[in-house]
Amino acid sequence: MLIGDYKATYAADEAIFRSWPVRYGFAAMVAGLVLLPFAANSFIVFLATQVAIYTVAITGLNILTGYTGLISLGHGALVGVGAYATAILANWLGVPFWVVIPMAVAVTAGVGLMFGLPSLRIRGLYLTIATLAASFIIVFVIEHWGSVTNGDSGITLAPASVFGIDLVSDPQKYALIVPIAVLAVLFAQNLFRTRIGRAFIAIRDSDYSAEIIGVGLTRYKLLAFGLGSAYAGLAGSLWAYNFLALLPTQFELQLSIIFLAALVVGGSARTLGPVFGAVFVILIPEMLKWVFGFLTPFNPTIVEYTAPANTIAYGLLIIVFMIFEPMGLAAIWTRIWRYINLWPFSP
Amino acid sequence: MNIVYVIEDSLTGLMTGGVYALIAVGIVFVFRATKVFNFAHGTVMMIGAYFYYTITVVLGDLGLGTWAIYVLGVPLTLLVSALFGAAIERIVMRPMLGQNPFAMIMVTIGLISVLEGSAAVIWSTNAKFPPALVGLNIDFVAGMAINRQMLASFLIAGIVFAAITVLFLKSKAGVAIRATASDQSTAYAMGINVPRVFSVTWMVAAGTGALAGVLLAPLNSLTPGLGQVGLSVIAVVILGGLDSVIGVLLAAFIVGWLEAMANHFLGGDFKEVVPYAVVLLIILIRPYGLLGTRDVERV
Repeated sequence: MLIGDYKATYAADEAIFRSWPVRYGFAAMVAGLVLLPFAANSFIVFLATQVAIYTVAITGLNILTGYTGLISLGHGALVGVGAYATAILANWLGVPFWVVIPMAVAVTAGVGLMFGLPSLRIRGLYLTIATLAASFIIVFVIEHWGSVTNGDSGITLAPASVFGIDLVSDPQKYALIVPIAVLAVLFAQNLFRTRIGRAFIAIRDSDYSAEIIGVGLTRYKLLAFGLGSAYAGLAGSLWAYNFLALLPTQFELQLSIIFLAALVVGGSARTLGPVFGAVFVILIPEMLKWVFGFLTPFNPTIVEYTAPANTIAYGLLIIVFMIFEPMGLAAIWTRIWRYINLWPFSP
Repeated sequence: MNIVYVIEDSLTGLMTGGVYALIAVGIVFVFRATKVFNFAHGTVMMIGAYFYYTITVVLGDLGLGTWAIYVLGVPLTLLVSALFGAAIERIVMRPMLGQNPFAMIMVTIGLISVLEGSAAVIWSTNAKFPPALVGLNIDFVAGMAINRQMLASFLIAGIVFAAITVLFLKSKAGVAIRATASDQSTAYAMGINVPRVFSVTWMVAAGTGALAGVLLAPLNSLTPGLGQVGLSVIAVVILGGLDSVIGVLLAAFIVGWLEAMANHFLGGDFKEVVPYAVVLLIILIRPYGLLGTRDVERV
């Protein structure tokens, strides 16, 4: 039984992995991720890759919405900016992916800052509305700037290649994308041990107090917006290299709502939140497909309802979790661990 | 370029503005009373339009004439929509009472998805064509084509808007709403039934929204995507100033006119982004809108 979480040294207090279950849990997760492509079929590997991409995007949203308290309705569109920037830069310059990805990330951060800038000095609601406007304007530009983005017909790009090998099969893409995603999540976890991350949390909890204790609000909100957008750009880049073909309609408001749903369900302001959330929102369509497949013999037309059913599921998840478990799955996870730790004296 | 066409399009824009005002007043009402910015208002309006469609189909099946649409159809639609608004408030928003605005906003965003998906499941995504209240005829006045349904929409929207504003300013319920808006706990202490005020504002918002839906849907067609109009009406609300009813009316005309002009000079696609460009501009230079109170919190 673990009674308390006593730290004897400063090093222990500052550690990235704060206790042995976290450390070994992380090691086990990495081992699982390494072994997955050898054990699972290519569809599961494909889903895992998608979870990784979503995790990166939602981690960005977590920095912005979960830790800094600025709700963004334009995150899906920013992922679109990252994906399109990747495709366009790769097609124009013909440079390898490890040059394209940082460039796309920079472009997305710039676009994100451009839309965040007007609203950063005003609180809450206005930022949400500005990002909503950004979402529509970005998708509109992608659809209508035909000479660059190829408009409604979408854009394709060459697969990423490492040492002359094109990454086209699912396990190959998995090997590229998942390590980047793990690093991105670790970076975010580490961020909230630093001055910057603490400043974000202070702003979320009370911006007046944060200002008074010397947190430069405009600067840090801008930083949060830039970082969140950069994560969206990274996710977009990985998205582009995973699917190799993009359509503007993929990045409409619906995607932003899915990200928000994932954040709420997973648990905002937690490192594990985006991971749980991503798994959840990727699995929902698959589960619904399975359920509908089961029902099809009884009612052949039911397949038509798959897409709306997905939409309803995402919305319901937001509402139900917001009402009953606003801290999300990550909180339930913590509660389970606490129960195990305190056993046999669990409440 | 013919100046007559510009004037014609301007009139069309102003008439659309009337309907926008009717939609926007629902958002403003709910925001003033409950401090919740309802992102789902457009989808509530869309559901109202589907109620209207269903009721007219049922009335048609019963073999009643067109008169039934006016006598039964529209009032029933408004009633059902108001009850629907009350149900949303009771089931979804009431448990969130007293939570921070973040949670409230998230819930209304979730509502967008739930309502849009439900409409697609119940009524399918195929376009529906509910009957127009006035024929879709076009009259020519001084060489300009005026769409009759649009003109009628404008007039109806104007009358309802005026009625709502007067109620808001003069009636007992309106006073209760304004009292709740300015200070919830004091309103409670003075014997105002605050949860009922919330209920009433949601009913009014859903009712006016449904009326806007009834007016808008026949003009093009009714699909679950109609709710998107509600998102562009956010531009109207922000431009008018979040809490000013008169500001919203002005802003609705401005946005409607700007949309029509974008449509005229740049092409139909550009019409869609005008409201969002307006929003960004307003937030940049005048975040409290044209006539809103100046207490925008700057930090």
